[in-house]
Amino acid sequence: MLKIKDLCYRYSTGPQILKDIEFSMEEGKFLSILGNNGAGKSTMLKCLNKVIVPNRGSVQMNGEEILSMPPRKIAQKIAFVAQTIPSTQMTVQDMVMLGRKPYMTWGFSEEDHRIVYESLEALDLISMRGRFLNELSGGERQKVMLARALTQQPKLLLLDEPTSSLDIQNQYQVLDIVRDICHTRGIMAMVVLHDINLALAFSDEFLLMKEGSVYDYGDKDILDREALKQIYNIGGEIVEVKNRKMILVDQA
Amino acid sequence: MNSEQLKLENRKKDSNYRKNKVKSITFLIVLFIILLVTIVISLWAGSYGTTFKDIIQGIFNKAPDNRINIVVRNVRLPRIFTAIIAGAGLGVAGCILQVILSNPLASASTLGVSQGAVFGAAFAIIILGADSTGGSLLITASSFIASMGVALIILALSRFRQISPESIVLAGVAISSLFSGATTLLQYFADEVALTSLVFWTFGDLGSTNWSQIKLMALAALVISIYFIFRRWDFNALLSGTETAISLGINVKRLTVVNMILCCLLTATIVSYIGLINFIGLVAPHIVRMIVGNNHVYLIPGSILAGSTLLLLSDLFARTAISPIILPIGAITSFLGAPLFLYLLFKGRKKYAEN
Repeated sequence: MLKIKDLCYRYSTGPQILKDIEFSMEEGKFLSILGNNGAGKSTMLKCLNKVIVPNRGSVQMNGEEILSMPPRKIAQKIAFVAQTIPSTQMTVQDMVMLGRKPYMTWGFSEEDHRIVYESLEALDLISMRGRFLNELSGGERQKVMLARALTQQPKLLLLDEPTSSLDIQNQYQVLDIVRDICHTRGIMAMVVLHDINLALAFSDEFLLMKEGSVYDYGDKDILDREALKQIYNIGGEIVEVKNRKMILVDQA
Repeated sequence: MNSEQLKLENRKKDSNYRKNKVKSITFLIVLFIILLVTIVISLWAGSYGTTFKDIIQGIFNKAPDNRINIVVRNVRLPRIFTAIIAGAGLGVAGCILQVILSNPLASASTLGVSQGAVFGAAFAIIILGADSTGGSLLITASSFIASMGVALIILALSRFRQISPESIVLAGVAISSLFSGATTLLQYFADEVALTSLVFWTFGDLGSTNWSQIKLMALAALVISIYFIFRRWDFNALLSGTETAISLGINVKRLTVVNMILCCLLTATIVSYIGLINFIGLVAPHIVRMIVGNNHVYLIPGSILAGSTLLLLSDLFARTAISPIILPIGAITSFLGAPLFLYLLFKGRKKYAEN
């Protein structure tokens, strides 16, 4: 159970980016964060594990306050995949091994290696272990980053626009893997997405953000005409095709 | 394909990863062997010609000709140790500077840190009246303070103004000229004794260190290198970007500042004893990176070995090319490094971290 309360953030000399963010979420759920550019989606995500330190607020996971934990401890509970995927001359294995960094003392243990192997297996990356990251495609690299995040054995997975540089096939594949991980391992995933229909296809819950505040959160029923108007400033129709809810955006 | 076959297939693909690991370790071993061979040749080569057997006896002060004992123990061995330690220190400092600034063109000499250290040394000798022959701590301290000044400017530019790697090197050029100019001004007002002792700093000299200086330099290089090795996975994390590194529980600001200070301390110690040596810090990590990639588990020891080997090889060349004249070592390393530096600029930073 994750409870977020009064989360606020502002740049030292700038406007307030996040205003009293408050919501909660349960284990094993896939939550999409939707909103326009500048609504504070990425900032909110990064505040949860103190990549950006919020001015005030509380993030409670099963009753424990995350924001007052030491960074290493946070990294053992929350994994984060940044928007830009690194492309350095590092092997897939080493990159995934980084996920054990929060647990590392002097070196990595047999146990660490076993967990890395499992993550590689879960994302079907075993055959690529020895290849350098900069030789892989965008989709493959995104999978490596997911494997790294899994290796942290987190309770919460934060993904900042994981599909932004992927083709359609890879977008579906990556999100399918994430949803699968959530449902089978009971991990929570918070995913910033720009494609509403992609979000509708995979998410259990939605968090709609507008101008640094939470507009609404809940299941897919909260996505109606009014919500589209409010958060995206677009008109649209919510239609059902083959038993799936989809959004048909009005053309100007 | 059934599961047994799949497992077999996986194991076969697995060997791909092993191969990579084996390649990296083999490369380190090969570097070490090259270093050993270079040490042996360096011991033997020189204007005072002797047999190989005499040299070995000379190491233990047991050669029949006492002059050989003196040459080996007081001239060649200190020189070899100086080259190994200084090369290792410059190599590893370059490797760490490159990762904490995420700039493949970074090294003590390209950023102006070395030039700052030279100015600090000159300042200590001419203005503060430090004894230039005894290798006083005052010179090292003054070098360190000046090089830290440069480091602060570079840090401020790269971390807080988010300037591109190429521009940082431009800033380094400006800073280098500034300090070279300041050093020249100091030399202009120096008396003849101070001037002669100062000249060697601008060329670098491996032949004027004594054993106590070598010990101090070795201590600094050893302690700092061990710390770098201890932090090897922090550097690996930094390669995937600042945000990711923070999310992995790393205090990025502290990591950057602490390691920048250590690089300066190491560089200042080396420069205050042997003067300005260009490009070793830039070239050594790149040679290793070409083979082992960007994993600091291998990159750090590799940079240490490659730095040592390169400096010792350069020195061997400097001593033997037109023997008995010894060419200035700084000129030799520049000939080696400048072409690679140009190559890196031409290639751009595609192959390095694109974050």
